[in-house]
Amino acid sequence: MDLNLSSAELAFRDGLRAWLGEKMNRGWQAEYAAIPEKAGQFEYLRAWQRKVYDGGWAGIAWPSEYGGRGASIIEQVIFTEEMARAGAPNLPGVLGLQLVGPTTITHGTAEQKERFLRKILSGEEIWCQGFSEPNAGSDLAALRTDAKLDGDHFIVNGQKVWTSYGWAADWCELVVRTDSEVPKHKGLTVLLVDMKSPGVDVRPLRQMTGETEFNELFFTDVRVPVANVLGKVNDGWNVAIGTLMHERATLGAGIQIVIKRSFERIVEIAKSLGKLTDPLVRQKLAQCYAEIEIMRLNQMRAYSKMANGGTPGPEGSIQKIFWSELNQRFQQVAQEILGPYGQLTKGSEYAIDDGVWSYNYLRSRGNTIEAGTSEIQRLILGHYVLGLPKSY
Amino acid sequence: MQFGLTEIQQLTKNSAREFFSAEYPIAEVRRIMETPTAHDASLWRKTAEQGWCGMTIPEAYGGMGSGLVEIAAAMEEAGRALVPGPLLAHLIATAAIAAGANEEIKNRVLPALAAGEKIATFADTTKLFVMDAAVADYVVAGPLLIEEFTATPLPAIDLTRRLYAIDFAGGEWLGDGIEHALAIGTTLLCAELTGGMQRMLDTTVAYVKTRKQFGKPVGAFQLVQALCADMLVATESARSATYFAAYALQEGLPEAMSAVSVAKSYIGDAARLTGNNAIQAHGGMGFTWENDIQLYYRRAKAGETAFGDAAYHRERIAQLVL
Repeated sequence: MDLNLSSAELAFRDGLRAWLGEKMNRGWQAEYAAIPEKAGQFEYLRAWQRKVYDGGWAGIAWPSEYGGRGASIIEQVIFTEEMARAGAPNLPGVLGLQLVGPTTITHGTAEQKERFLRKILSGEEIWCQGFSEPNAGSDLAALRTDAKLDGDHFIVNGQKVWTSYGWAADWCELVVRTDSEVPKHKGLTVLLVDMKSPGVDVRPLRQMTGETEFNELFFTDVRVPVANVLGKVNDGWNVAIGTLMHERATLGAGIQIVIKRSFERIVEIAKSLGKLTDPLVRQKLAQCYAEIEIMRLNQMRAYSKMANGGTPGPEGSIQKIFWSELNQRFQQVAQEILGPYGQLTKGSEYAIDDGVWSYNYLRSRGNTIEAGTSEIQRLILGHYVLGLPKSY
Repeated sequence: MQFGLTEIQQLTKNSAREFFSAEYPIAEVRRIMETPTAHDASLWRKTAEQGWCGMTIPEAYGGMGSGLVEIAAAMEEAGRALVPGPLLAHLIATAAIAAGANEEIKNRVLPALAAGEKIATFADTTKLFVMDAAVADYVVAGPLLIEEFTATPLPAIDLTRRLYAIDFAGGEWLGDGIEHALAIGTTLLCAELTGGMQRMLDTTVAYVKTRKQFGKPVGAFQLVQALCADMLVATESARSATYFAAYALQEGLPEAMSAVSVAKSYIGDAARLTGNNAIQAHGGMGFTWENDIQLYYRRAKAGETAFGDAAYHRERIAQLVL
């Protein structure tokens, strides 16, 4: 056990810090907020990803032959943490960088890798994932979006839902049914779909926070070349599961820092409200601190295991359950500290931190649903980690 | 960066698993727990011969001088086997002597303690809840090393580790190693509890795979699976917290004290939750005397209150980080 960064890891971190110090505009939030349109704001973030790519900081753990840095997952985690710590803008191509890219590296053809990977890194092409459907959420393999072979194309018809970045995406990693005669897991295929294809319709989905973070995708007779099958036809379940495990295993690294910074902020607020002497508040804040620490430690253990030559496995569900339920408990503690001020939203002159706490409170309800509900994560642990009989 | 046991630490853990499960099978634990002191002198000697009793004593005084992560890994296995008697108390007391005493005292008392010929325990200022005092030759009480004391049994929940009220007139000045030793002891207790949690999880998973109702294993029911999944999350989290606390103390990191309190506050609650779920998933069997879960459940409750309960350690975290 050695939690010191190696000299290579230290050099990586210091190099990144120096680069951020030089290239990141500390006042970027004001610039960003001044852009009137959502599309314009997205272009601002895309330009930031281009800067990151040009600096050599995109695709840290990707092999260098695909334009990545060829470093270990530990450096990838250091990157994610440092970006969060610096309060850097989000990378808008995050789904490509963390999910679609690694899946393509594992399952893609030489032509697909050549065609797609560098543009994922640079942010030139943004990706979304077409996985969930109105009647296929936790039971993803029951999905019904249909793809029929017609010469050298598939004709796709169906509907996807909960698609992050759908409105901005150039491409979609789409899971479709190519065989309805076989057991449900065995008739799925993953297609790489150009979102500008005729017949693709994207509609925003307004969520309980009032925002439109997610979308619905409608596919009507969309033609997708057979060359855009990722992996093998009817082997889409294995390809998709690889993506989902990456999601569960790696999503937490940045979130850990975000929650930690949020925790430090609520401590400041509690102090300014004179609540830090209240034993009940002290107990609850200390409990949050302990759980945030344990979230960090669990992740470090999991990443170390992956760095020693593992791909993310079903135990990633432990991280998913831990961070999502912790964030919900933490947001409730924050609300209790803020009292009636906690409910104020953006625009109120009395709102603390411009109403972000009421937003965070509502948004955290999504945490135990997105990327697999807590219930399905527990069943995955029961079945795939503990070896209990399959119950669904 | 590597958060996991090194090859040597893993080897130590493996040999601890091998030794403790071979020498302390649960039938043997039950036999020893029925004796007046829950201590078996010949098994203790065997344990000492393997070096386990001298883990916190430097090599210069006949001990193993092991690093704390390695000791924690070994104590996780002791906890998994539910090793009865004074091993934990002895490790803490000898750590206090090694940390605080002058050379003369160390040379005089540590070699016999490392060899297991003598046994030590420790007490706080209340002189109550002292582990295994009836079989101990020394008590480390705050800054004092005491050889002359009386021990009155306090019948309590954990039958495998007896508690006593002690009384003494005075002792030899030892210095102030006790706070550091208590941090070490708290961490080793966390390691023991983690091992116990792992055993409760393993036992429960094995049981629900075989116990049938409605024509299928009860482990096929999702409510039962959720009980087990929560035990797994708690056990893995307990392990992460324990190893980090051990590492932070071993390396003298500035956050060592908060790391210990993070581990103890979390594990105090998590060990109880794991035990609750284990009993529940066993149904009526879980409530019987013959089922071994109750032994681990008793140990978990005793461990929850020892060295400060979760609320105590949360207040310590508040003092350190708020």
